[in-house]
Amino acid sequence: MRATWAIALSAGLVLVQIASTALAGETLQKVRERGHIRCGVSQGLPGFSSPSGDQGSWQGIDVDYCHALAAAVLGDRSKVRFRPLSAKERFTALQSGEIDVLSRNTTWTATRDTALGIHFVGVIYYDGQGFMVPKSLGLDSARQLGGAAVCSNAGTTTELNMADYFRANGMDFEPVVFENTDEVIAAYQAGRCDVYTTDRSGLYAQRIKLEDPDAHEVLPEVISKEPLGPAVRQGDDEWFNIAKWTLFALFQAEELGIDSGNVEQHLDSENPRVKRFLGVDGSIGENLGLNDRWAYRIVKQVGNYAQMYERHLASEPLAIPRGQNKLWNDGGLHYPPAFR
Amino acid sequence: MRPSAPPPDQSLGALGWLRANLFSSVGNTLLTFVGVALFLIVVPPVVEWAVLEATVAGTTKQACDGGGACWVFIKVHLPQFIYGFYPEAERWRVNLAFAILVGLVALLFIRPMPKKGWIAAFTAVVFPFIAYLLFFGGIFGLPVVPTSEWGGLFLTLIIAGVAIAASLPLGILLALGRRSEMPVVQAVCTVFIEFWRGVPLITVLFMASVMLPLFLPGGVTFDKLLRAMVGWALFAGAYTAEVVRGGLAGVPPGQYEAAKALGLGYWRRMRLIILPQALRIAIPGIVNSFLAIFKDTTLVLIIGLFDLLGIIQAIATDPEWLGYAVEGYVFAAAVFWAFCYAMSKYSMRVERQLNRHKQGV
Repeated sequence: MRATWAIALSAGLVLVQIASTALAGETLQKVRERGHIRCGVSQGLPGFSSPSGDQGSWQGIDVDYCHALAAAVLGDRSKVRFRPLSAKERFTALQSGEIDVLSRNTTWTATRDTALGIHFVGVIYYDGQGFMVPKSLGLDSARQLGGAAVCSNAGTTTELNMADYFRANGMDFEPVVFENTDEVIAAYQAGRCDVYTTDRSGLYAQRIKLEDPDAHEVLPEVISKEPLGPAVRQGDDEWFNIAKWTLFALFQAEELGIDSGNVEQHLDSENPRVKRFLGVDGSIGENLGLNDRWAYRIVKQVGNYAQMYERHLASEPLAIPRGQNKLWNDGGLHYPPAFR
Repeated sequence: MRPSAPPPDQSLGALGWLRANLFSSVGNTLLTFVGVALFLIVVPPVVEWAVLEATVAGTTKQACDGGGACWVFIKVHLPQFIYGFYPEAERWRVNLAFAILVGLVALLFIRPMPKKGWIAAFTAVVFPFIAYLLFFGGIFGLPVVPTSEWGGLFLTLIIAGVAIAASLPLGILLALGRRSEMPVVQAVCTVFIEFWRGVPLITVLFMASVMLPLFLPGGVTFDKLLRAMVGWALFAGAYTAEVVRGGLAGVPPGQYEAAKALGLGYWRRMRLIILPQALRIAIPGIVNSFLAIFKDTTLVLIIGLFDLLGIIQAIATDPEWLGYAVEGYVFAAAVFWAFCYAMSKYSMRVERQLNRHKQGV
């Protein structure tokens, strides 16, 4: 009996294998036939993807990436349908073909990249765990937090990272943990702890909820690596390339100083790097299976990375400094490979 | 004969009422003080927050500078709370479908209405298709609105409506099957009921949204909302079945025997004699499980569908409106309470009508 099950199971696995190889190279074609991209986003994370005010659309940096992809592939940034996904179902939705790209503040880890049948295309935002303290404490470094009461969410890696950091630096601390984020911020507001720790993007978002946001600051230390990026299904290299170079194009445009306002002038530029990038020269677009003007469309319709960041993260009310998310030539980590 | 003396002063008037109802013993006096203290502690701050210091005027966050609730948040986003991401230009379709439903139900409420059975059948069988075509579109030149854009109160009502409407017939069939004398039918129904009752609803939803797509061949997907609703209906059916079975067990055995003695076949026996009595007994339980189904719709949040509560939580993450989640939760609670209260009021009315024959016994 057990043998029969094993055979049935492996037959099933073989079928799944066949099905997934049959998908190779099909995503681009399917997207073109369908006329829109299906993009998995979060159910609401300020600055990354959240429903926007009145018109029933989505906004955020993760959302803008999908707009850029739609501009590159279909020539129109609006040809994208957003699927809000919970953290638990996001990978299944990608594996099963319910969405074409997952752009949902997902941390790039080895296990996810290898065992889950997905490929991360790059890093759109370097996040990491940080600390927020009231300015009245007069601190300027997390090294001065010895003996502090620290608020965090229970049972997350946040809690473990915090313990590691304090132990590694030989400092005492008193953990104050809560199940949900609203409780944590309420406890911090009420003064039950001196420090609040979570991912830095989260700290800035939670800070707005405090009675006097300006009385609190995020310390410069980053104690964990959380590279967030979009992901696609394994087994479709063509689509993988398109998703990857769409992301790089956003950085490259900023590096070349091209934004949605001045991209028209740059079409006449004599700079060979600009010419190659905008598709005036060379055949990058053709090699990707796209129109040669793909990068021009991204910049024209969505903008470059700096514009996206300014729109959703750097502007009020979030006001998250660029920090690690500057370009490489500006002291940051974003480094697009060469467009040639 | 002397006229009877008036009752002592202390048992009359307001003072007497107070003595009798609030201060009749040491325990009751204590309870009264505790109650008053709780009332004074809880109610004034709530009223102050929700009414006195609340902001209603304006359309932006900047309008909310009072210390109280910011109802502007609700006011500005109300269309989204009701329709989710349903395109603005197409929302008349939702309104039309609900207007038709309200019209049909109103007809059913008119007591001397002729052909009531036909109207009821139309509401139960034909209306769902009309509603689906209106919501989804794709015919008569209506643009398609995929289910991923449905949301808000609209989605809550659809999921609850479908689950409730499907669970009653399914539950009745399963209950009859479980009490059947045919061993196979009985076994199948029992296993079905026990399986669905033994699995948490969250598991059912996860299976429907996360596991099922992995078993389907690559590229074949079918609608997430549909998957969730099928799972939901089966789950609700199993629970309703047990409530109906309780009703069936409450019908005196003499009724079964009398129905047999009349020479009726099984289905007519059930339809004409047993079920009308059983369902009357089961009404409180059935309404109870309907209310549970209605409130459980908020669980679709975990599979990425935005019901009323989900859309409120999502919109509360809009950077421009951060920090107004509490107003949203209060609003959601009020809406859910209003619907549930209306349902239970209606069920009490039905119960009174059906039990009229017992009055004066």
